Amino acid sequence: MTYMSSISRDDVANLAKLARIDLSEDELAGLVKELSVILDAVARVQEVAGSDVPPTSHPLPLVNVFRQDQVRPSLTPEEALSGAPAQEGKRFKVPQILGEE
Amino acid sequence: MIRKSAAEMAKSLASGEITSVELTRAHLDQISRVDSQVNAFLHIDREGALEQAEQVDAKRRAGERLSLLAGVPLALKDVLVQKGIPTTCGSKMLEGWRPPYDSTVVRRLRENGIVILGKTNMDEFAMGSSTENSAYGPTRNPWDLTRIPGGSSGGSFAAIASFQAPFAIGTDTGGSIRQPAAVTATVGVKPTYGAVSRYGLVAFSSSLDQAGPCARTVLDAAYLHEAIAGHDPLDSTSINAPVPAVVAAAKDGNVGGMKIGVIKELQGDGYQPGVLRLFNESLEILASLGADIVEVSCKYFDYALAAYYLIAPSECSSNLARFDAMRYGIRRGEGSAEEVMNATRQIGFGREVKRRIILGTYALSSGYYDAYYGSAQKVRTLISRDFESAFKLADVLVSPTAPTTAFKIGEKANDPIAMYLNDIATIPTNLAGIGGMSLPSGLAFEDGLPAGFQIMAPAMKDDLMYKAGAALEAELVFKWQGPILNLAPKLGAR
Repeated sequence: MTYMSSISRDDVANLAKLARIDLSEDELAGLVKELSVILDAVARVQEVAGSDVPPTSHPLPLVNVFRQDQVRPSLTPEEALSGAPAQEGKRFKVPQILGEE
Repeated sequence: MIRKSAAEMAKSLASGEITSVELTRAHLDQISRVDSQVNAFLHIDREGALEQAEQVDAKRRAGERLSLLAGVPLALKDVLVQKGIPTTCGSKMLEGWRPPYDSTVVRRLRENGIVILGKTNMDEFAMGSSTENSAYGPTRNPWDLTRIPGGSSGGSFAAIASFQAPFAIGTDTGGSIRQPAAVTATVGVKPTYGAVSRYGLVAFSSSLDQAGPCARTVLDAAYLHEAIAGHDPLDSTSINAPVPAVVAAAKDGNVGGMKIGVIKELQGDGYQPGVLRLFNESLEILASLGADIVEVSCKYFDYALAAYYLIAPSECSSNLARFDAMRYGIRRGEGSAEEVMNATRQIGFGREVKRRIILGTYALSSGYYDAYYGSAQKVRTLISRDFESAFKLADVLVSPTAPTTAFKIGEKANDPIAMYLNDIATIPTNLAGIGGMSLPSGLAFEDGLPAGFQIMAPAMKDDLMYKAGAALEAELVFKWQGPILNLAPKLGAR
């Protein structure tokens, strides 16, 4: 059985919140329509995805690739901060993260 | 000189017939002449390119042993970082950002003495098949400036098709090297996944992304492939094995006795008749050269597009979470960190990127994960099994690269599904992680526009597609009485 879901304006607004993107009402309305069409088209993957088929997350049969934990040359603090929108005292300066209290 | 192949340019440099500074300047002049019409470049590094060229010339004068491609200029897709050079990925999000390090691809290009002319336009974060999704305006197809050059590596291919560079670097997540090669009559190769390091390649869909060569000949693509491929400890998904001998294979170009499998599911409905006719003509040529043409069936390929449009957006929604307005890129809005992040991502991301992030967030959310992302991963297994069975019957597999020739700019901009169908024949190889090549098959009878012939080879047997591609190319160039780009309209100063 193919699982189909209709998607509402509130669903998209919640997804946008989870994805940390503000969306205008126009953008929301457009996405409701487009996502419904796209989801209808992609839902067919369920038709053939039987429980006997193992999932593939990656094309290479690699697991746990490690290298030696050695100190190597790396970016200087100035280089690492060179693209920062704001900085202070060799640190990234960011807006308030925690609430007031 | 700018119309020659990279291999011919390399010979002229080695013999002293021309210097790298002269060759680089000739390409910079061509960029000045035609790129206001094509819009292939987002950034042109005139000074840096001439400096690199001067260094190669100085080494050559001093009698130093140089790599074969030393001094040949190249165009770099703007998704790969080059230290100190603006890298935008076609997005407003990274406007003005200058990366503090080189990608491994750039490091390898430098080691080979290849001169980087500048950064090429692309669909934002490589999401698209037309280069219309760039925040910096669309790139135009040199064959017809009202049409798309394909995408997402449209800038790289438009640059080489208009002789602004002899070759370029592209990246391919679902066809972004092969489809633009097809619609611009050039050669594009997506190597086996893991063959070329992804270190410094801004991630879209990490289990699918792969950088590769864009060129005007199969041999040039092979030279560039060998220059950039190889194991890199900085990429944990890099294959630790010798690079297949693709240059030798391209020089050999012998398909006698080679079994070539035609994939039944990648033709027919939805394919333009002119594209199919050229595909069949190419098959006849390969048969006349002694190849054994067999038909194979890959029945799960019908589900590949659906699986791709769940897997790629899912991975992208996770990868693009790094654009948080805190460490690099633009910052917009006021208030808390979360409010600033929300506002920056609204302004910084374009429509297609937002669409895919939201779709991926949905496919990965609890309650829907198994039905969508989980099922797509299973389809991925079924597609790999289809390839495994097909490669028991054939050495390489073939299909048209894209179902149609280049469409008009704007024609499909409001229909995501129609746009996604461009990649129907190229997506299966990304899902399975194997290599794919597109080379020109000719001009379609309906519209006189280029079409591509796709060759796919098993993982780490990329040399086989170069062998078959070189064989077909030699016959076609003879038939066309010269390179197919000789038939393209000449772009002049406006």
